[in-house]
Amino acid sequence: MAYSLEGRTGTWEVVVGLEVHAQVISESKLFSGASATYGGAPNAHVSFVDAGFPGMLPVINKECVAQAVRTGLGLKAQINLFSRFDRKNYFYADLPNGYQISQFAHPVVGTGTVEIELQDGTIKQIGITRLHLEQDAGKSMHDQHASKSVIDLNRAGVALMEIVSEPDIRSPEEAGAYLRKLRQILRYLGTCDGNMEEGSMRADVNVSVRKAGEAFRTRCEIKNVNSIRFVMHAVEAEALRQIEIWESGGEVVQETRLYDPSKGETRSMRSKEDAHDYRYFPEPDLLPLVLEQSWVDELAAKLPELPDEKRARFCDQYGIPFYDAGVLVAEQATADFYETVAKTRDGKLAANWITGDFFAALNRTGTTIETSPVSAAALGQLLDLIADKTINGRIAKDVFEEMVETGAMPADIVEKKGLRQVTDTGAIDAAVTKVLAENADKVAEYKSGKDKLFGFFVGQVMKAMQGKGNPALVNEAVKKQLG
Amino acid sequence: MSLDAATVRRIARLARIRVEDAEVETLKSELNAILGYVEQLDEVDVDGIAPLASVVQLGLRQREDQLSDGEIAEQVLANAPDRIGNFFAVPKVVE
Repeated sequence: MAYSLEGRTGTWEVVVGLEVHAQVISESKLFSGASATYGGAPNAHVSFVDAGFPGMLPVINKECVAQAVRTGLGLKAQINLFSRFDRKNYFYADLPNGYQISQFAHPVVGTGTVEIELQDGTIKQIGITRLHLEQDAGKSMHDQHASKSVIDLNRAGVALMEIVSEPDIRSPEEAGAYLRKLRQILRYLGTCDGNMEEGSMRADVNVSVRKAGEAFRTRCEIKNVNSIRFVMHAVEAEALRQIEIWESGGEVVQETRLYDPSKGETRSMRSKEDAHDYRYFPEPDLLPLVLEQSWVDELAAKLPELPDEKRARFCDQYGIPFYDAGVLVAEQATADFYETVAKTRDGKLAANWITGDFFAALNRTGTTIETSPVSAAALGQLLDLIADKTINGRIAKDVFEEMVETGAMPADIVEKKGLRQVTDTGAIDAAVTKVLAENADKVAEYKSGKDKLFGFFVGQVMKAMQGKGNPALVNEAVKKQLG
Repeated sequence: MSLDAATVRRIARLARIRVEDAEVETLKSELNAILGYVEQLDEVDVDGIAPLASVVQLGLRQREDQLSDGEIAEQVLANAPDRIGNFFAVPKVVE
């Protein structure tokens, strides 16, 4: 069911395009040798280039270019062997040069696609218009002093990739799915950590509305939204605002707006009135960026397996459902964990344990896959103990809880606590005889046709054996003795 | 091409340069003279010639991703008109 909004005059379609700013993972900045690390003492990671001192010249960081190219390859995009930098001119206190070095006319990456999956299983392609490299600005803080703003330039000059989507997005859900997928790809590639709280991934959201079959109407741009949830809310809030304007006979004005999460609404940024007059011109301090196809090919050859390919391979190689494979590849660390466990074992059983008991344990203990008390090797050993019938599935759950508690290896737990499965038919028969004797009345009921009691007997026998009986053998023995 | 007074004011605002009303006419004629001089380039026929970003026939020199700069906060702040701790301090600008 396509998403739409009902107005007084009929049904409206929402049109969204996203510009994502993704901070490049690198040691040093795009045009200077200062550290690109997040945080640090104010103005510590700043060189004269970053601070816009006269006469300082930018020198481009090769790794930042490589990261942009890797990202382009991950987005199945065209890599432009010729690209160029431009100056984007505007004044703000945290932009020391009065211009940002960006790529306007000739970005390093051209058109590509991101495949998203919606709740109902629908697969949709979202077009990528371009990806270009640019510098980040510094950080202004307004709450440190009554009449002054303070500026920290540690972030100034750090490399950003601006990733621009086509206006292919039609709902808050699609906007959320696109951002999650983009973040997943960036994390797999190791080109951006995707941490929206620290601001290393931020989105500008372009929203317009239209009636079915119409051309695009005027859009508004909501700047710097810093969580996926807020992006989804902002899309709907802004669309509703525009519908109200159109329906009351007004005209939506193209402008820059801010999303206020506490009020759940967007408001105009009047200060940005001139913001679109950036007077771009070619950056005279930098020659064109010319790449060798052979270098791009080298980067392509070393690209890691991406989530879509990994998911398809998991389904294929381990015979697990498409949905489960999607859960397992969501994070690279989870996918690696799964493969370590599944490699030489039953892939379906491994998937069930990881998406079930293991994830539940992480949640409960507030740990992550990296800090989990249960390692992939330990979980693998547990599956081996089930596979070679040392323990049954019921006992395995108890052993797993013990592993979460103590971090011990399952074989040691089984040994220490004597949890080895009982397969001795003599012992099982004896337990069955005892249970049936103690429940003579129930046996009589069973024999007069109350078949459902069969499960009760099995349960009692298992209980008598502290859960250690081999379930198949117990079943068989109960059946035999009941005649 | 000829600039009008409104465009002169707009350019000044974008450049954050204060221009008094009395100066607008002078600036207008000076800017128009400069534009007129540059406009002589329009006489050159550039059909079919790609725009030139640089006269040097070289690609951009690239550096390795290594820390080689920064950690000089005192020097970076040395010329700051105002500071609070190791921050630059500026008149309050709030959205």
